[in-house]
Amino acid sequence: MSPYEDLIIDHWRHPRNKGTLPDPDVDVTEANVPCGDVVRLQLKVRNGKVEDVRFDGRGCAISMASASLLTEMLKGKRLEELEKMHQEELLEALGGVIKPRLNCALLPFRTLRKALKALGETGSRVDPPSYR
Amino acid sequence: MRNVRGDFPVLARTVNGHPLVYLDSAATAQKPIQVIEAIARFYREANANVHRGLYALSVEATELYENARKKIAALIGARPEEVIFTRGTTESLNLLAYSLGEARVREGDGILVTVMEHHANLIPWQELARRKGAALSAVRITPDGELDMDDFRRRLSARTAVVAVTHISNVLGTINPIPEISREAHRVGALVVVDAAQSIPHLPVDVRELGCDFLAFSGHKMLGPTGIGVLWGRRELLEEMPPFLTGGEMIREVWIDRATWNDLPYKFEAGTPPIAQAVGLGAAVEYLAGLGMEEVRRHEEELTGLLLEGLKAREYVEIYGPHEPQKRGGVVAFNLRGIHPHDVATLLDQEGIAIRAGHHCAQPLHRLLGVPASCRASVYVYNTPEEIELFLAALDGVWEQLG
Repeated sequence: MSPYEDLIIDHWRHPRNKGTLPDPDVDVTEANVPCGDVVRLQLKVRNGKVEDVRFDGRGCAISMASASLLTEMLKGKRLEELEKMHQEELLEALGGVIKPRLNCALLPFRTLRKALKALGETGSRVDPPSYR
Repeated sequence: MRNVRGDFPVLARTVNGHPLVYLDSAATAQKPIQVIEAIARFYREANANVHRGLYALSVEATELYENARKKIAALIGARPEEVIFTRGTTESLNLLAYSLGEARVREGDGILVTVMEHHANLIPWQELARRKGAALSAVRITPDGELDMDDFRRRLSARTAVVAVTHISNVLGTINPIPEISREAHRVGALVVVDAAQSIPHLPVDVRELGCDFLAFSGHKMLGPTGIGVLWGRRELLEEMPPFLTGGEMIREVWIDRATWNDLPYKFEAGTPPIAQAVGLGAAVEYLAGLGMEEVRRHEEELTGLLLEGLKAREYVEIYGPHEPQKRGGVVAFNLRGIHPHDVATLLDQEGIAIRAGHHCAQPLHRLLGVPASCRASVYVYNTPEEIELFLAALDGVWEQLG
């Protein structure tokens, strides 16, 4: 397995849903401090569903491709579904990630968890989620 | 220098289907069979605790342990009682920040470091400054990645108690002018602490020529095992300093409410020391002495020259630090335009080439360079010009794929 499948290169070169939303319901940032990777994730939620999503950030090809791919997986999903989403789903969608780079691939997933938590705490448009 | 590759068993292995090209010796060096065997032989034939045993085996173990100390002292031009075994450079520098800090640093004093320090020669001083209410300040670098000596003189004052500086930057590769720094610091009464983790393994070092007061280095970067390092200090200063770790071995007489301290170097060696590791380090020093440190330096300067030339010839590469091999150690940090260093390291690993990518425990320096991280290739006695060629060709491959 090459660590850089065509899918990863494609999402890295042509990121989907990159940028910012004018009025997001949640706007969070997570970082991998040791490598300087940063992912910002914004969600627009309506009727318990992700209506729109944007990411921004900087980092390695794997973290950026993973963020791009994740935004595609989020759109239209119910928040309850996202609560139950497991990191393996993202890793599988990426076509598998070699061990030394798991941290890079999972940064966007950690950002998503943070976003869901923030939505839960402000309680604005969603039911309080349950956390493990 | 003679081809030594046959002495290093790990170099015979393959990684991801390719022969291993190991370019991360600045992180840790590979071990020659002579060191591996010395450690195994100690455990097979002479293992016992040191200094207390009244039986032959313990006497033998003690002799091996103390012989290692003598070999290290001879390597750096020091007296054996000034050579203290620690766990590594980090512990040596922490020992100093506590003990020397206790003895010499007062509220309002200055502690001078540089922006190119490894975190190991920064955080202990940061913490000391915080505990004592001392003022920590960092000497800047020039655009070429050399220490800004004018800035050093500006920051140095009669209030400066300690100057803590690296001999060779583990990122920029810069060789700092320690003799000059020592002279200037001593003129204002400051003590000089040198982080020699990247220099002792790679070039001839004589502590009297450097003129510094303390020197710290690690065994594992100089062909020896992990878990052992050295702190060298001037005898009169070590005498003046209180112990760092306390307990067995470092005491002379003990009552329930007080104790007196052992002589140097044992005052700073509490508990059972890393005996086998010291023996292994002794073997490493013998191995390096056999090659000749001048030869080691010459070999690395040649390889560093090839590395720098090759990297400079690639317009997609940015190099950090001095561009002349004479001004630096065998470590070269660089970036490929627009590509994260982790991606470079991962793709090189697919070709069996091991380099480091990250901030190399020097976050303030990377902030100054304006990059979150960098790639770093470093060479040692076992690397060859052919390996540099393989590395440069593989770098072109990375650029083709991600550039």
